[in-house]
Amino acid sequence: MYGWEMLSFNIHDGFLEAIVRGNRSGLLTAADYNNLCQCETLDDIKMHLTATEYGPYLQNEPSPLHTTTIVEKCTLKLVDEYKHMLCQATEPLSTFLQYITYGHMIDNVVLIVTGTLHERDVNELLEKCHPLGMFDSIASLAVAQNMRELYRLVLVDTPLAPYFSECITSEDLDDMNIEIMRNTLYKAYLEDFYKFCQKLGGATAEIMCDLLSFEADRRAVNITINSIGTELTRDDRRKLYSNFGLLYPYGHEELAVCEDVDQVRGAMEKYPPYQSIFSRISYGESQMLDKAFYEEEVKRLCLSFEQQFHYAVFFAYIRLCEQEIRNLMWISECVAQNQKSRVHDSVVFIF
Amino acid sequence: MSSDSSSWARALVHISPYTFSAIGIAVSIGVSVLGAAWGIFITGSSLIGAAIKAPRITSKNLISVIFCEAVAIYGVIVAIILQTKLESVPTSQMYAPESLRAGYAIFASGLIVGFANLVCGVCVGIIGSSCALSDAQNSSLFVKILVIEIFGSALGLFGVIVGIIMSSQATWPAKA
Repeated sequence: MYGWEMLSFNIHDGFLEAIVRGNRSGLLTAADYNNLCQCETLDDIKMHLTATEYGPYLQNEPSPLHTTTIVEKCTLKLVDEYKHMLCQATEPLSTFLQYITYGHMIDNVVLIVTGTLHERDVNELLEKCHPLGMFDSIASLAVAQNMRELYRLVLVDTPLAPYFSECITSEDLDDMNIEIMRNTLYKAYLEDFYKFCQKLGGATAEIMCDLLSFEADRRAVNITINSIGTELTRDDRRKLYSNFGLLYPYGHEELAVCEDVDQVRGAMEKYPPYQSIFSRISYGESQMLDKAFYEEEVKRLCLSFEQQFHYAVFFAYIRLCEQEIRNLMWISECVAQNQKSRVHDSVVFIF
Repeated sequence: MSSDSSSWARALVHISPYTFSAIGIAVSIGVSVLGAAWGIFITGSSLIGAAIKAPRITSKNLISVIFCEAVAIYGVIVAIILQTKLESVPTSQMYAPESLRAGYAIFASGLIVGFANLVCGVCVGIIGSSCALSDAQNSSLFVKILVIEIFGSALGLFGVIVGIIMSSQATWPAKA
């Protein structure tokens, strides 16, 4: 029942909620980003970051630094905090926390399969995988030749198994099919997560369903824009859209027939929340769309902290950490390549 | 008195007033302690978690726990007062109207105090939890949220006042 969770939430999850709120206060602020944007070298960045929560992870790195090292160590901090929370969580919070990482698992599976297709070494690919999405037997993905084998050998034992029923075919894996597989898996994952959150009920259901709807709509727009000009048919495109969210079902009908970015804009401007996103970018420009979507996402994630006694704060914190790591990667790359004028193009401030 | 030989009203007035009094005293202390404990665990779990990143909040936020504890103390005080009001009356007087009145007064007093303290304890606990989490982020918020808690703990006090007034007029019939 909505409103009564404050009586019993703290029995199991009060401690972890307080921990995640404490962690949130360790996210970088606008002042930190301003300092980082004015750094000249990667060593300056390391020096600034050692004064923040990332200190213990970066201070022992020898110079010269690479941008990948910075990103790796920052991701390690996120993984440590996540594992700390996961090992203390009880049901249903532990299932919820695991659901958050399935997206990364899907990305890792696709990464290894694509890399194997292009004849890369398995160990090299394993190093590039996101640590939050690792599972045992991930290395044996390199052996599979088509999707049926992929499923039978490896994926049936992972939490991703139920998402495969929609995309098992006997076709061989090639680049196009792998992208479709990725999007189909992600669609099944989002719908599963949505149903799980609705089952949890209360404030968790309300806030998470709003966040997941935004995610589904954003993916629908990205799928549309990325498939303009490719050989993906309209029906295939429509099959990749999730069946929940603000755009379902009428927005999906319109998006499925879009052939360029301006038509997408026309379809999206009918929805007030997305109209404000599209009004920030001028006609014919789609590079800034990513940043506009990230800004909107960060705004909604920060709003979820305004309410107490629900699980969406955990989801929001992990997403905000990922955004912070993206910001740090962009800043490090700009500094390393001496393009500091472009630094503000893609940094999304969280506070 | 009801004239039917068997009716609910007749059954009720044939329950001993001592039963009602004893139940009132039990509810007064039992349900107050339930409220206090509920409030303490709500605020304590948030306080412990938030104090990991912000250790400075621990000593100030123990006030929330103290407010919850006060609720249990109200229950104890009223239970002790109520049990001093119990007197023996001779069997002939046990179902006299004044006896019944005294029994009901003690029962009602116990209920009032118990349930007022139950909701007061839960209220102070929830506010205390939010207070600890906000104080960890911004220490200027603590005093403001404390004012809300003070208003919340006044609810228990209302219950105690009315309970004591009710029980002060619980006079058993004099031994005739």
